[in-house]
Amino acid sequence: MTVRRASLMVTCLGDLFFPEVGISIVRLLRKLGVGVEVPRDQTCCGLPLFNSGYHTDAAAVARRTVELFKDSECVVVPSGSCAWMVKHEYPGLLAGTPLAREAGELAERTYEFSQFLVRGLGVTEFTSAVSGRVTYHDSCHLLRGLHESESPRTLLGKLQGVELVPLPGADECCGFGGSFAVRLPEVSSQILAKKLANVESTGAACLVACDAGCLMQMGGGLKRASSRVRALHLAELLDGVR
Amino acid sequence: MSDAELATPFRQRAGGAMKDAFLQEALTIATTKFIGLRREAFAGFPEGEALRDQARAIKEATLQHLDRHLETLIGNVERLGGHVHYAATPAEARSIIVDIARWIGARMAVKSKSMATEEIHLNEALEAAGVTPVETDLGEYIIQLAHERPSHIIAPAIHKTKGQVAELFTRELKRPAEPDPEALTRIARGELREKFLQADLGITGANFAVAETGTVVLVTNEGNGRMVTSLPRVHVAVMGVEKVVPSFSDLMVFLAILAKSATGQKLSVYTSMVQGPRRAGELEGPEEFHLVLLDGGRIAQIDGPLREALSCLRCGACLNVCPVYRQIGGHAYGYTYPGPIGILLTAMLEGTPAVKDLAHASSLCGACADACPVRIDIPRMLIELRREVDEKKIAPWTERIAFTLLAKLLQSPRLYRLAARLGRVLQRPFTRDGRIGRVPLVFGEWTRTRDLPAVASRTFQERWASDQDLRS
Repeated sequence: MTVRRASLMVTCLGDLFFPEVGISIVRLLRKLGVGVEVPRDQTCCGLPLFNSGYHTDAAAVARRTVELFKDSECVVVPSGSCAWMVKHEYPGLLAGTPLAREAGELAERTYEFSQFLVRGLGVTEFTSAVSGRVTYHDSCHLLRGLHESESPRTLLGKLQGVELVPLPGADECCGFGGSFAVRLPEVSSQILAKKLANVESTGAACLVACDAGCLMQMGGGLKRASSRVRALHLAELLDGVR
Repeated sequence: MSDAELATPFRQRAGGAMKDAFLQEALTIATTKFIGLRREAFAGFPEGEALRDQARAIKEATLQHLDRHLETLIGNVERLGGHVHYAATPAEARSIIVDIARWIGARMAVKSKSMATEEIHLNEALEAAGVTPVETDLGEYIIQLAHERPSHIIAPAIHKTKGQVAELFTRELKRPAEPDPEALTRIARGELREKFLQADLGITGANFAVAETGTVVLVTNEGNGRMVTSLPRVHVAVMGVEKVVPSFSDLMVFLAILAKSATGQKLSVYTSMVQGPRRAGELEGPEEFHLVLLDGGRIAQIDGPLREALSCLRCGACLNVCPVYRQIGGHAYGYTYPGPIGILLTAMLEGTPAVKDLAHASSLCGACADACPVRIDIPRMLIELRREVDEKKIAPWTERIAFTLLAKLLQSPRLYRLAARLGRVLQRPFTRDGRIGRVPLVFGEWTRTRDLPAVASRTFQERWASDQDLRS
C-alpha cells in the first residue's frame, strides 16, 4: 500500500499521559516518507462510555471523531482498543445516521500502529532505541478483537540489539479493562500481579505493548513495585528505519 | 447463595474469595490444567473450527423454530411411553418433580450431575418433601457433604483441594481418608454403590435431547449417570427448553466439540442415550420415564438481547479462561451459574437488576468468546446488560452523573483542555518523577496498588500546536 499522508489519532491516554508515544510515531512515519496530520481538537474515541453502557453518549463522541477524520487518507491509532472501537463499534453506533457511510469508510481506513507498519506499509526493519531483552504483552482488543498477534512480534523480532523473549501467558488480560480497574480494583490488581510475575520471570528489561490502557496498568504496577522493567509502547522502541 | 450472603456487595464477596488461600491454590491449578487440555484437544483437531461454526448454526436454526422442535420431541418421548411435563418457572418444576416422588412413594433419589436441578433448587424441595437426594457425581457428592453449591459448571468442587476433601470425608463419613484422589474416589464409590441400589428415583439433567428420536443424551465421565438412569424404578430428566437438537446428525456435531471444550477429552467417557422407559423384553431401564421441560426465562430471550446465550452448551470453557473467575472462583458470583456465561444466564433467569454489579465483573478481554465452542459473544452481551443497567437507572446515580460529565467533556475540546489543565494543578502535590503515588477519592482505587501516570506538562496536542519542528 502506498500511503502519502496519515492522520494520527493520538487517543486521550496518548495525548494526556504518553505524549512521547505520539511524538515517536510522528518522527518514525516521517522517516518512512509518510506525511503526518493531527486533526485538531481530538479528545477520545468514546470506548470508556461504550463499554460502560452509555451508548447514546458514545455515539455522540463517535460522531465528532468521524467528522474530524472523515477526510483522512488513513488513520493510525497507537492503541488496539481505540482502533477496535473505530473499526468495529463506530459503524454500528452510527448506523442509520447521516454519518453512517463515513463511519463505515473510516473503519476501513483505520489501522492500529503495528498493523499500519507491517500490513499497511510493509515495513518491518527498524533500528532500536533500546537494547537488551524485551518481552511482548498481547493487549486483548488487538489480539482477540483485531486478531493481530504477529505484526508487533515481527517488528520486535527483527529489531537489532534487542532479544525478544516470549512472555508466559502473553495472551492473558493484564487486568486493566477501563473502569473495571477501579470498579473492582482488588480483582484487577491480582490479575496484574500475576501478569507482572510472568513479566519478571522473563528477565526482560523492557515490557512492550501496543495499548495505552495496558501500559498504564502494567507500567503503574511495575513502578509501584520499583521494578527495573520498563513498560514501553512499541513505537518508543522503533527509533528509525534500517 | 442465601439472601443474607447476597446482601454482601459483590466486590466484598470477591475480596473474600481472594483472601482464601485454599481457593486460590485450587483455582490456579484447575483452571490452568483445563486451559492446557482444551488447547491441546483443539490443536490436534483441524476440523474443530468449522464444527464450531456448524454447531452455532444448528443452535441458531433450532431457536428459529424452537416450538416445532419441542413438539416433535414431546411427541416422540410420549410415543416411547415417557411422560413430558412443562414448567414455566423453577417453582413449577420443583412441584412437578416432588409430586412424582410422592406418587411413587420415593424415599431416596439418586442424582447425576445437573445444573438445571441446581437452578431450580431441587434438593431443598425434595428434602422438605421427605425424599433424601443423593448426589452421585463425585464433585457434586463432595459439595453435598460440605453443604455447599457448585462453583463451576462442570467441576462443581473445583474450589476444593484434595486435602480439604480428605478432611471432609474423614469428618462426614467418619472414616480416615488420605488426600489421594484415587483413595478418595474409592471411598465415595463404596458409599454411593449402596445408594444406587436403594433409590426409588433417579434424577438427571440433559446435555441434549434429540427431537426426531425422543432421545435424552447425557455426557458424563464417571458412569454414575448410567446407574441413575437404569437402576431406580423411575427416571426424571430435567432440561432447559433450549437443549433440544433436531436430529442425531446435529447431535454428532455437538459431541465432537463439547468434551474437547470442557475437559480436553475427545469424547467423555460415557455418552448415555435414554429413550423412554424400559420396553417389553428389555432387561434394564426404569419402569417410568419423565421429561421436565424448563422455561424459567429462556423463552422470553429467544427474541431478547440475550438470545445468543441460549446456544450455551454448559462446557465451562469460558470460566476457565476468564481472568476474573480465575481470581474469585464461582461462589463469589452468588448465583447458580458462575463465570462470564453465568452472568448472562443469571440475567436471563433472575432479571437484569440481579446483575447490576456482575455485569461489570469482566475486563471485556474476550477470552470467553474465544474459548466458547459455539462462539457466543459474551462481552457484547455484558455491555448490552450494562447499557440496560444505565438506561433503566439501576446504576447508582453517582456513577450516572460521572459518566454524563465524562460524555460532556469528551464532546467539548475546550472542556477537555480545561480538564487537562485542572489535572496538572491538582496532581502537583502527589507527583514525583512524572508519576503519582497515592491519591484520595476515585483515583484512590487505582493508586492503592498502582502508580498513575501524571498528566504531561505539555500534552501531545499542545506540543503539536506549538512545536514547529514536530509539525514539519
